[in-house]
Amino acid sequence: MAEQPAIRVEGLSKSYRIGFDRAKLRKRQLRDTIVEVLAKPLRHLKQGAALGRTEEFWALKDVNFEVQPGEVVGIIGRNGAGKSTLLKILSRVTYPTEGRATLRGRTGSLLEVGTGFHPELTGRENVFLNGAILGMSRREIKSKFDEIAGFSGIESFLDTPVKRYSSGMRVRLAFAVAAHLDPEILLIDEVLAVGDVEFQKRCLGKMREVATQGRTVLFVSHNMSAVQTLCSRGLVLRSGRLGVDAPVDKAIRQYLSYLSDTAADAFTEHNPERRGNQAVRMTGACIFDENHEPTQHLIAGRPATVEVHYVNPSRARQVDLYFTIFNHLGIAAAHCNTVVSGETPRRAGSEGRLICRLDNVALPAGQYLIALSLHGDGAETDLIPNALVFDITSSVFYKSGRLPPMQFSTCLLDYQWEHEVAETVSAAGG
Amino acid sequence: MDLSAAAVGPGERPEDQQVVIEPRTGWQLINLGELWRHRELLMFFTWRDVMIRYKQTALGAAWAILQPLMMMIVFTVFLGRMAKVDSGDFPYPIFVYAGLLPWTFFATAITRAGNSVVGALNIVDKVYFPRLVFPFASVGAAIVDFFIASTILICLMFLYGITPGWSILLVPGLLALATMAALGVGTALAALNVAFRDFKYTIPFLMQIWMFATPTVYMNVQDLAPPSSASQQAVAAEESSAASPAAGTREAAKPEREQERGSLSAGIWALLHLNPMTALIAFFRAATLGGPLPWKSLAYSASVIVVLFAAGLLYFRRVESRFADII
Repeated sequence: MAEQPAIRVEGLSKSYRIGFDRAKLRKRQLRDTIVEVLAKPLRHLKQGAALGRTEEFWALKDVNFEVQPGEVVGIIGRNGAGKSTLLKILSRVTYPTEGRATLRGRTGSLLEVGTGFHPELTGRENVFLNGAILGMSRREIKSKFDEIAGFSGIESFLDTPVKRYSSGMRVRLAFAVAAHLDPEILLIDEVLAVGDVEFQKRCLGKMREVATQGRTVLFVSHNMSAVQTLCSRGLVLRSGRLGVDAPVDKAIRQYLSYLSDTAADAFTEHNPERRGNQAVRMTGACIFDENHEPTQHLIAGRPATVEVHYVNPSRARQVDLYFTIFNHLGIAAAHCNTVVSGETPRRAGSEGRLICRLDNVALPAGQYLIALSLHGDGAETDLIPNALVFDITSSVFYKSGRLPPMQFSTCLLDYQWEHEVAETVSAAGG
Repeated sequence: MDLSAAAVGPGERPEDQQVVIEPRTGWQLINLGELWRHRELLMFFTWRDVMIRYKQTALGAAWAILQPLMMMIVFTVFLGRMAKVDSGDFPYPIFVYAGLLPWTFFATAITRAGNSVVGALNIVDKVYFPRLVFPFASVGAAIVDFFIASTILICLMFLYGITPGWSILLVPGLLALATMAALGVGTALAALNVAFRDFKYTIPFLMQIWMFATPTVYMNVQDLAPPSSASQQAVAAEESSAASPAAGTREAAKPEREQERGSLSAGIWALLHLNPMTALIAFFRAATLGGPLPWKSLAYSASVIVVLFAAGLLYFRRVESRFADII
């Protein structure tokens, strides 16, 4: 069994029939543009005929890979790239349209914590039910019950109906059950996205433990730092196809550079990441350096400007812009908005331009992504998570011109050193 | 370490060691082996259904008794007293309760099974196990209710001084048949309900109509035996309110009318028995309270039930792979 891969995926594809609702329409158009380039006239005709009926959408297309026993593999990609579909097929929740996947070993999937929790049942009862749903036998749960209860840290509430739990308690209990699942192959989807920071840390700790126990893990997450710390190998999915299969650092780098490539169509309808009703809509954005030249390369310690154009067909009276700068690990490094600053006139025009002047870009070297969120009259109308990219390669922030190691910092602090000594040590050593 | 300890437990299933995931289309066999391996989960879901059913109700499990009991009272007053519906050799209350008991089981099982998959969307979307576990567990919970409600029948039998004969031993077999019938209909409705939520509203309505279309629940359908080719025993269902001893004499007296009615009643007989509950309930009553056992009707119904069971499960298996996609 050692020679055989734990997971073998061959030509795996999955298509969905979709109607013409708006969000899915966009996906279809994204695909169309790709297809049009390849087979323009023929496909166009076919689609004309298919119009008004349902449309096929390939969430996964011809994905091939193997995972050896004991490997911990991260799956990364944009929204709608097919990550969750892949995990759902491997979890057997849904079936592929083409291809096959072979799993060797007892498989547990964790697409959510607390699946099947029932509010009317007590914590104890839910542990048994949830454990059984996740594939544990009654005997197994019984033998681990004390451990699970201890891990959850809510022993005294085990005989209280779960409906009286706080959401934090519920998540703790749910994770405690999940953490005691002992499969040889573990499929995990975004479970770290729930809960508070303390809980997430604990999850990561437990995951690290699992990862070092020689189990095979397939891990889908948006949290690049989690992927980076847990996984040794990364698979990048792009529009349902396997783009990159490489060591995790390389995979993340490629993914981020791919994200920057796609920032070109960030403001178009084709951007699958874009959300919102578009009542007030962004039409474009740009980063300028101190000389007001458009750029993607900024210097730490120098000023820069972010400009966002919008149109306001719904005549919202007030427009606000929020933007968040994410670093290469997907961690939010900084956030700016028109509300907290309290100085920008927020009265809207039928169209306009919001300009944010940054006096001093205090960020360490690295690649960055800006997510823009436009609000009309207090409600988010347009969200573009991959709107702008830039990098920082050089610095005038500190006198030395150097920057601190990027794995230890998300921003730069302005500081002065003082060094008080009793007696200066002489060069000769005494 | 506890990993290996766990692996030796019942969770260790050699069949799970290698799983091949491939496209699935068309008809699937009913994988009873897989279902059997998930029997613990089935028990858990049954237990959950029983547990949560009466949580935060003042009367709790008494509801399992109250439902058929109230129906019995209503039927006794309106059909037994006012409409003077024939109840054969038994007082109307016990007569109708012996019919309502299996009927309530059947209706409850189907209603709950029909909503079982739709009610577990968050599970269907997240975890794999045989989807048949959902309707099966719902029917399992209805069996528990059946046993609770049976106590009233036992009380009534004691009250009316009815001593059951050996035929009471047939009740488990009848329950098994009723379970199969409920599973057949329930799984089909559960699958249909996923694609068309209309069934959520159709099921209660359907069960109500079905009850009235099952006359053996509330009235004495005198002769359930099939009309023979010579239509000797033909007694039309519409005559059933006539006194029972008259049947034989009338038959002999008017053979030519019988001929006519024979074909008619053959049609009605077939129609009545297309509904497997008709004979099942009559047989249940005869088995518990006493009386001639309508074996032929039961055999006919049993074959209908087998067809229903297979058709329902096969349909469910055919569409279950799409559940997570269309939910």
